[in-house]
Parts: sequence; C-alpha cells; structure tokens
Amino acid sequence: MKTFKIGGIHPEENKLSAGKQIVDIPLPKQVIIPLAAYIGAPAAPIVAKGDKVKVGQLVGKANGFVSTNVHSSVSGTVAKIEDAMDASGYRRSSVFIDTEGDEWLETIDRTPDIKRDCALSPEEIIAKICDAGIVGLGGATFPAHVKMTLPKGKKADLLIINAVECEPYLTCDHRLMLEHSEEILVGITVSMKAIGVKRAVIGIENNKPDAISLFNNQIQKLSFKGIEVCPLKVKYPQGGEKQLIEAVTGRRVPSGALPIEVGAVVQNVGTSFAVYEAVQKDKPLIERIVTVTGKSVSSAGNYRVRIGVTLLDVVNFAGGIPEDTGKYVAGGPMMGRAVANLEIPTAKGSAGVLFIREGEAAHREMHNCIRCARCVKVCPMGLEPYLLMSLSENSLWERMESERTMDCIECGCCSYICPANRTLLDYIRFGKSTVGNIIRNRNAKKN
Amino acid sequence: MQRKINISPSPHIHSGDTIRRNMLDVLIALVPATLVGLYFFGLGALIVGSVSIISCITFEYLIQRFLLKKTNSIGDLSALVTGVLLAFNLPSNLPVWMVIIGALVAIGVGKMSFGGLGNNPFNPALVGRVFLLISFPVQMTTWPEPAALSMHYLDAETAATPLSMIKNHFGELPHTIDLLLGNVGGSMGEVSSIALLLGGIYLLVRKVITWHIPVSILATVFVFTGIMHWGVNSAIYATPLLHILAGGLLLGSFFMATDYATSPMTAKGMYIYGAGIGIITVVIRIWGAYPEGISFAILIMNAFVPLINFYVKPKRFG
Repeated sequence: MKTFKIGGIHPEENKLSAGKQIVDIPLPKQVIIPLAAYIGAPAAPIVAKGDKVKVGQLVGKANGFVSTNVHSSVSGTVAKIEDAMDASGYRRSSVFIDTEGDEWLETIDRTPDIKRDCALSPEEIIAKICDAGIVGLGGATFPAHVKMTLPKGKKADLLIINAVECEPYLTCDHRLMLEHSEEILVGITVSMKAIGVKRAVIGIENNKPDAISLFNNQIQKLSFKGIEVCPLKVKYPQGGEKQLIEAVTGRRVPSGALPIEVGAVVQNVGTSFAVYEAVQKDKPLIERIVTVTGKSVSSAGNYRVRIGVTLLDVVNFAGGIPEDTGKYVAGGPMMGRAVANLEIPTAKGSAGVLFIREGEAAHREMHNCIRCARCVKVCPMGLEPYLLMSLSENSLWERMESERTMDCIECGCCSYICPANRTLLDYIRFGKSTVGNIIRNRNAKKN
Repeated sequence: MQRKINISPSPHIHSGDTIRRNMLDVLIALVPATLVGLYFFGLGALIVGSVSIISCITFEYLIQRFLLKKTNSIGDLSALVTGVLLAFNLPSNLPVWMVIIGALVAIGVGKMSFGGLGNNPFNPALVGRVFLLISFPVQMTTWPEPAALSMHYLDAETAATPLSMIKNHFGELPHTIDLLLGNVGGSMGEVSSIALLLGGIYLLVRKVITWHIPVSILATVFVFTGIMHWGVNSAIYATPLLHILAGGLLLGSFFMATDYATSPMTAKGMYIYGAGIGIITVVIRIWGAYPEGISFAILIMNAFVPLINFYVKPKRFG
C-alpha cells in the first residue's frame, strides 16, 4: 500500500460521523458572508445596504488575480456591510444579509440531472470557475482559477485529487464522495480538460473502502477516461500536498517549489465537486459540507451549509454544544483553529466543527526537552522540531532559516508526539513568521 | 451559561505519551535483570540496590527543593531509573557510604548541575559509576561470587569477572550458559544476558528506544572482536560471542547508551555514536588498563553527541 516515506503519525481516527448522510441545514434569519475568507486580496463589495439579492448573486467582486468572487448564499436584503470575526480570529469585512424566502438566480440549473458533456474550451472552463468564486476546499482556500492557470512554460502531466481526509474526526469529503461520486468524476474530467492533462489519480486512504470501491465501479461503469483510484495507507499528514504527491507518484517537490515543478496539480475532492456545479450547473460556490463532531456530540453528522451561516446555527441544529466541552475547533484536531465562540460564519474552507472535551482540552504541563528524538522521527518534512523550537526561543533567525524552517507545513506531528508536552509547533510558527518577514525584506531590497 | 473555553493553537489532540510512561517502561524492562541480580547476589544486591535508589531520589528531591527551588521532578521517575542503573553498575559488596557518594555524584553532578533531566550531556548513572571506579578502584573491581540467594554482603566470597579473566589470561572461562543466566562474577545488573535481552526487546516493542543504537554497538563489537579473534590470533583474543555476552555490553547497549538526553537525534547520528561506542569499548577491553570499557566508551561518545547533532541532519524532504 502506497504512502509517503518520511515521518508521519497515526492518531486515533475517530471518524464518528462517517456513516451519517448529509443533511441540509435550514436557512437562518441572517447570514454573514465574509469578503476575505481565503488566501488573497479581499473581494470588493458591489452591493449596498437595502439591496435585494437572490441566491447565487454576486455580492463581492474579485479584486485582482489572486482574489475570488463572493456570492450571496441566501435571498433577502443586505442589512449592512461591516467587519465580523472569522475563524482566524481577525475581523474582516463581511456582507450581512437578512434572509427572505429562498429565491435562486434563474441561470442556476437546480435540477438533479447529472450533466456530463462539456464542450467548453479550457479558458472558458477556468473563466467559469473564476466567476463562481471557487477556492481550494481542503482548508488552504487558495483561489482555484489561479491554481489551474499554469505558469508560463510549465506543463502538468497529472491531476491528483486529494480525497485523503487524513485529519481525524472529519468526514465531510468522505460523505460527499459517497453521495456525489458521479458529479465528482465529471468535475475531475472538466478540471483535467482545463489544466490540459490526460491522467488524474484520486488518492484515498484505505479507511474509506466504500469510497474506493464506489469510485472504481463508477469509473468502469460510466467509462470515465484517464481517472484512476490510488488507495493509500492511513497516515497523517497524507493530505499535505507534498506528501500526497510523493505517496501517489513517488515524486518529491523540491523545497520552496510548487507541485507544478514535478508536473502535478493537486485539487481537493470537494473542489472537484464545486467545479462540477460551477461549470456544468452554473452554480457558484455558496454552500459546502460541514462535519459536526466530537466524542461527546450526541449526533455527530455531516451537514450541507450555506456559506455565511454561523457555526452556532449549524451546531444548534446538530444538537447543541455538549456539556463537557473544553475547546471549540473550527476544522480538524490537527490543523483546525480553536475559536473563542461559535458566532463566526461558515467560510468556504470550514470543513468541520469539533468539540474537544474538557480533559483533552486542558493545558498540559510542559517539561524540559528530554531529546527522545520522536519529533525528528515523525516530522514529514525531515526537519528537527526540537532544534527549531530552541532556535526560535533564542531568536536565532539566520540559523533557523538555514535549518529549513520555512519547509514546515505546520501539520503538528511534533507537538502531538512530544512526551514532554512541548509546544514545538507554536514556537516554530512564531519563528516562521519572523523568518518569513526577514526573507521578504531581503528580497524587497534586492529588487 | 458560562463555559471555560481553552483557545490554544493546533494541534488539539495529543498522543498521551509522557516522560513518566517512558521511564516506567524502562523500569519494567529492568525487572528481569533485577530479579537475576537479587537471586545471585542476595542480601548485598538488596542493600546496594535500595541504598542507590533511595539516595538518588533523595538527592534529586533535596537539590530541587533547596538549591534550585524548582518544582519537584521525582514524579517523572527518572531519578528512580538512575538509581536502578547505578546499582546495576556496582559490585554488590560495595560499602553503603560509597554507594551514597556514587548517587550524589550521579544526581548532583551528572544531572542536576546541568538543569535536570534532558539537559545533562552525560549519562548520570555512568558519571556516578566512573567517579567511584576512579576514586575507589579496589572496591569497585572486587566482585562477589554469585551464589543462590546469598545472605552475605561485605563478607561475600569474591570472584573474577569473565572480562578480567580474559584480560589477565587466567582461570577457566565461564560457559556460555552461565553468561546467559548470569551465574558469573560482575556488577549486579550486568551478569545475565538473557534478562537484559528480554528487557531490551520489551523497550523495542514498546518503542521506547529504536534499534539503531544497540544494534550498531553490538555489530561493531562483533566485527571488531571477530577480526581480532579469527583474523589475528584466536589464542589471545576471545570470541565475539564472549565479548558480547560478558561484562556490561548488553546493559550498556540497551539501557545506558540509549539514554535519550545523551544520545543523537537522527538515525544516521545513532549509527556513528553506536559504532564509536563499540570501537572504544573493544580498544579498552583489549589494550586498555581496565578489563571493561563500555562505561568509558559511552561517556566519551556522549561528549560527541552535540557535535554529531550539529553535523548529521535527518534526510530532508525535497
């Protein structure tokens, strides 16, 4: 069974909601649609207070190339445009819309029929993806049209679909695959055409055997050309872009380079589905699947949520906050963000809400580093977390740069494994941001 | 409803592994060798062992409490491990006051003076043992004769160790079966190869240690002594098997050289460190003044660990 070679851990999978069908969340009274919940420049609002909007209507226009369109996820009246806290903890410009009915733009094809044929040119496909405001749904939320527009002179030979879902607890991608496999396969075919590759590989960890066999059957039965499934051994962080490329192809993306260096483009499986809806059904990205989970959650499940519905609304529909909760996490347990309250909007990158119990969330006392070397052993980038942490503590930025701290993907394996409870990743993150600034300043001076 | 919500950066889950758990595993792994030591050296082993353990824990507590004024670290069990390992490296007929001095040097000088567990460059138990060996060479090289459930302590019959027999070319070398069981002269914890191997396997299975260090030490010793035995002169130089089973090599390879704080951080570094220990051990055993060299070898290679960590990097991704 294929997997990546260096490091990695295998935490308890806890896929509590894997067997739960996707359920629609009812529309709340108000949604808060962030204009900047992705990597890149915030979108510019094109509506004003009092404007009537329909579902799917553009409310924020992409501001430059690395930026995306933002659409209304409900129909109703724009209440205000104001800053609102998002999962990152920052306040960002957002459009508040009071919900009235559920009236969709007429251009959106809402029929359940699956439309397979796509006569559009690659440029037209990418333009549609751009219009639909699609970002990478795996968590990094990088604008999809940017990723799919290959840099001049570079050629890809392979599209890798990230269906790994290596984060414990999360099951949103898993459910999406089980319930919308054909749409996803069409989305992959369309994406292949846009990028200009003949081959696509879906990387899935073998803790999802149902999804693996479903895809294999569908590919054969419906004769999807050039798409294959690659089952992977369960290991975290296999969903990391560089780890996944290595696991599937054996190719290693060099330090500081993008996947295109080794001829690969990676797309999250949720993004493939969004591409299908945008290109074949003219539906912009206005909703996503969110997993609500945790050991004390009575009805852990997967929900179809309109962008902008607060996580609190989602959680209340899913049975409320468990009594013994000690931490709210937006996202998965390894890379998600702990948030102070749940009155933050569901963003395009919100994969889940996880409730950590008090005991598990409690602060663990930190001890001296005992040099057991486990952090070195589990680091998937071949770094030395213990060393990077002490360099960061001592502000030795040059050495930190030469020890390749910028390669760190912040997967958290080091902090997870440390028997002395050292907060390795916290210090490395701090060091990375400082070293990153130093590098940017140096480059700015050079130019 | 007012909830206390923790907001800390990711990751939000932990493996549950603790220092205490690792130390407890080391103690469990030491149980077979402890039982053998108690069986063959009886009362003496009991006295030396108890004094060593109690002194190590007491000294760590007192130093933390009154000198460093830090929170007490007895709970992580590392002082207990040092106490057991120190006793393992001492003859069971050593006077109590010497054991106490050994414990003071091990914990006080070897460990706490550097800031406690994790900061010590040298293996604390070996610092204690080597201090005693240099200070009291006679008492430290006079071992009691193994006798089932012996009730003798200071008055025990003395015996030579297999390695001193090899060194001085006298006496009939012990049978392999005695080396395996531990029915030979030596320090309390080093005599039984089977008990030590059992413990070593437990540590490997529990993933407390990795195979890199013990295997590279043992392989180096095997190859080096093999060349000497088969290649140079089989009448003078003992067989590799004898070198591996006799003395403190197995104890050192599995329990002392693998000490986290004083061994390298990368697999490649561990090979270099293990090979160095193997070579130095054999050089001392064959050409040095002492019959056994593993303690010195480990301490010498401990000194190289920062250098190894500086130059030997893990295989980076990409």
